[in-house]
Amino acid sequence: MNIHEYQAKALLSAYDVPVPAGKVVRSVEEVPGVLRELGGSCWLVKAQIHAGARGKAGGVVRVESPDAAERATGRLLGTRLITLQTGPEGLPVSAVLLEKATDIARELYLSVLIDRGSERVTFVASAGGGMDIEELASQQPEAILRFEVNPAVGFSAYQGREMAFALGLDAKQTGVLVKTLAGLYRLLQDKDTSQIEINPLALTSSGDLVALDAKLNFDDNALYAHPDIETLRDPSQEDEKERRAREHDLSYVTLEGVIGCMVNGAGLAMATMDLVKQCGGEPANFLDVGGGASAERVTEAFKIILSDSKVKAILVNIFGGIVRCDLIAEGIIEAVKEVHVGVPVVVRLEGTNADEGRRLLERSGLAIIAANDLLEAARKAVAAAQGGA
Amino acid sequence: MSVLVDRNTKVICQGYTGRQATFHCRQAIEYGTQLVGGVTPGRGGQTHLERPVFDTVREAIQVTGAEASVIFVPPPFAADAILEAADCGLRLVVCITEGIPTLHMLRVKAALKDYDCVLIGPNCPGIITPDECKIGIMPGFIHRRGCVGVVSRSGTLTYEAVWQTTREGLGQSTCVGIGGDPIHGMNFIDALALFEADPETRGIILVGEIGGQEEEEAAEYIRHHVSKPVVAYIAGRTAPPGRRMGHAGAIVSGGRGTAEAKVAALRRAGVDVVDLPTDMGGRMKDCLT
Repeated sequence: MNIHEYQAKALLSAYDVPVPAGKVVRSVEEVPGVLRELGGSCWLVKAQIHAGARGKAGGVVRVESPDAAERATGRLLGTRLITLQTGPEGLPVSAVLLEKATDIARELYLSVLIDRGSERVTFVASAGGGMDIEELASQQPEAILRFEVNPAVGFSAYQGREMAFALGLDAKQTGVLVKTLAGLYRLLQDKDTSQIEINPLALTSSGDLVALDAKLNFDDNALYAHPDIETLRDPSQEDEKERRAREHDLSYVTLEGVIGCMVNGAGLAMATMDLVKQCGGEPANFLDVGGGASAERVTEAFKIILSDSKVKAILVNIFGGIVRCDLIAEGIIEAVKEVHVGVPVVVRLEGTNADEGRRLLERSGLAIIAANDLLEAARKAVAAAQGGA
Repeated sequence: MSVLVDRNTKVICQGYTGRQATFHCRQAIEYGTQLVGGVTPGRGGQTHLERPVFDTVREAIQVTGAEASVIFVPPPFAADAILEAADCGLRLVVCITEGIPTLHMLRVKAALKDYDCVLIGPNCPGIITPDECKIGIMPGFIHRRGCVGVVSRSGTLTYEAVWQTTREGLGQSTCVGIGGDPIHGMNFIDALALFEADPETRGIILVGEIGGQEEEEAAEYIRHHVSKPVVAYIAGRTAPPGRRMGHAGAIVSGGRGTAEAKVAALRRAGVDVVDLPTDMGGRMKDCLT
C-alpha cells in the first residue's frame, strides 16, 4: 500500500527524521492561514498524488508570495495530474502540501528496504541525491553505499557513522544521520514498511539534514496489524477495478490490451497473459481468481473484467485441481447469464472433471467458445477479439 | 528413490482442525500419505480425521514419531508455527499459508540457521512423491510416478508441468513448489542439488517467474553442478514493471527480476527454456529420448 507524501512526512517526523515545516490543504481558502503559520517568504506547493515525477509535470511549484501560492494551489486542486509515472489518465489532486522552502546546499539519496537476496533490512545511500537511483546503480555502482542489518541485533550506530563519513558529512550532521537511520529502522519494524525512500535528503546551507521528499510503501500482508496505517489509504488514487477486486479477495492488475483474462493461480495467470501476447494479442489484465475458485468469485471476476470497456474478448483458463471443472463451468454459465456478457468468451478447462465441464458449456447454448488446450484457447481469444474489433 | 519424502515419511499437520487443513489432510490420507496426527492448541486429546490432535508439536512428535509437518495456520501466526516445528526437531516443514508478513519471514529465516530443518514455502502448493507421499494442496490424480523432477515458484503452473509430463508418459520423481513469496525456505538450487543426486530423476523442469534473482542464481548453479537435462519456463514476460503480479514475490523492480534476464541467464547455462508454457512436457520428452 502507498500513502501520500504529507502522510509519509508526518510518520517520519514521529520517528526522529527531520522534515520541512509544512501543512496539507484541501481548499484555496486555507492557504493564507497556513502560510502565516509556516512563516518565511518562500514556499513549495506540492500536489499530493501516489506517483513520482511530479516536478516535471508542474505538480511542484516554488512560490514567493501568498498570492502566487493561492494561484498555484487553485490550479492544482481538483485537477488530474499526469506525470511519467501515472499513465495517460493521471491521478486526481484533492490535497496540496504547502511547505516552507529549504535552502539546499547538497542533495543525498537515502532508502531502506527489505533485500530479498540477503533476506535482511538494507540501507542504501548515495551522495548523488535527486537523481534516479536505479540509473546511478547501473552507471556508477561504486557511488552507492549500503549496509545490512542483522535482525538479531538491529541497527547499530557505527553503521550509520560509516555511511555518514562516506557521504562526507561533518560530525554534527553525522549525529543527525545516525538518529535518522535509527528512526527509519524503528519505523520499518513498527509499521512493516516494505520500502522507505527519501529522495532527496537535503543538507541545508546551515548544515541541517531535511527529508525533502518521502515515499513509503507498506507490506500489504501486514496491514492487518496496523489499522492506523490502513486509515491512510486513499481510494481515489487506486484503480477502481483493482480496488473492487481487492475487496473480493481477487488479485487483479489493469493492463493496456483488449483480451480479458481470468485464471486460477498467479503463475498460470502470468503465463496466460504471455501466451496471449505470443499469439498476437494484448492482455487487458492480470486476474488470479485463486486456487479455490468458486462460482461467486468467477461471477465477480467477470463483472470486474467487463467493467473495462476496452475488453473485446475474455479468456478463461482454469486448471481444476482441488476445484472441479464442472463446478467452474456452472459458475461461468451463471455468470454469463447474470452479467450479460456481450463479448466472446473462450474457455479452457483442464484437470478434475474437465470433460464434464466442457459438456456443460456446450449444452448451455451460450456463446461460449470451448478450447481443448491452452494454446488453442489463446489463439481463439485473439481471433475473437480481432473479429469483434 | 525420490527426494525429501517417501512412503515412510510421517507427517503431522499444524492448524489441523481448520477448514482448509481438514480438506487437504483428508485428501492426503486418501492418497496414502502417513499423516499421523495434528496440532491445534487447546484441542489436545481430541480425535480428528481418525487421528490424534495435540496441543503442541513437541507432544505430537513424542507420541507419533513424526519427522515432517505441514502448516495451514493463518498468516499472523504462521511464523510462530514454523519456529515451533523447527525448534521441536522436525527435519521438514511445509508451509502452505499465503500472506505472511515479510518481516516475519525475515526473522524466521534468520532463526532457521540454528536448526537442521528444511522449510518449503510459504505460499506454496507443497511437495509430492507420486504414489507415496503428498504433503500439500496439489491434486494427486494428475501425478504419475516417473523420472522428472519438478521445481516451481507457482502452484497451478506446476500442475501444468506435471500434467504435461504425465500425458507424455514420463511421470515425476518428486515435485516441489517452493512458493511465491519474496523470502522463503528451500530455493531452486536446493531442489536442483537433490534432483541431481537422485538416481530416479532423469530430467528436471524448473518453473520460474519474474522477481528476484533466484533463476539467475539457479542458472549459475546448473552450469557448474547439474549434468541432467533441465527444461525451464519463466512466467511474466508481459508483466508491467513495478506491479505485483499476485504472488508477493512476482514483481519487476528497478529493472531487476525481468523474465528476459532470467531466460537469457538460463539459456547461457545450457538450459532448454521453452517460450510457451504448453511445451514443458514435450520438450522434456525430447531431451530424454
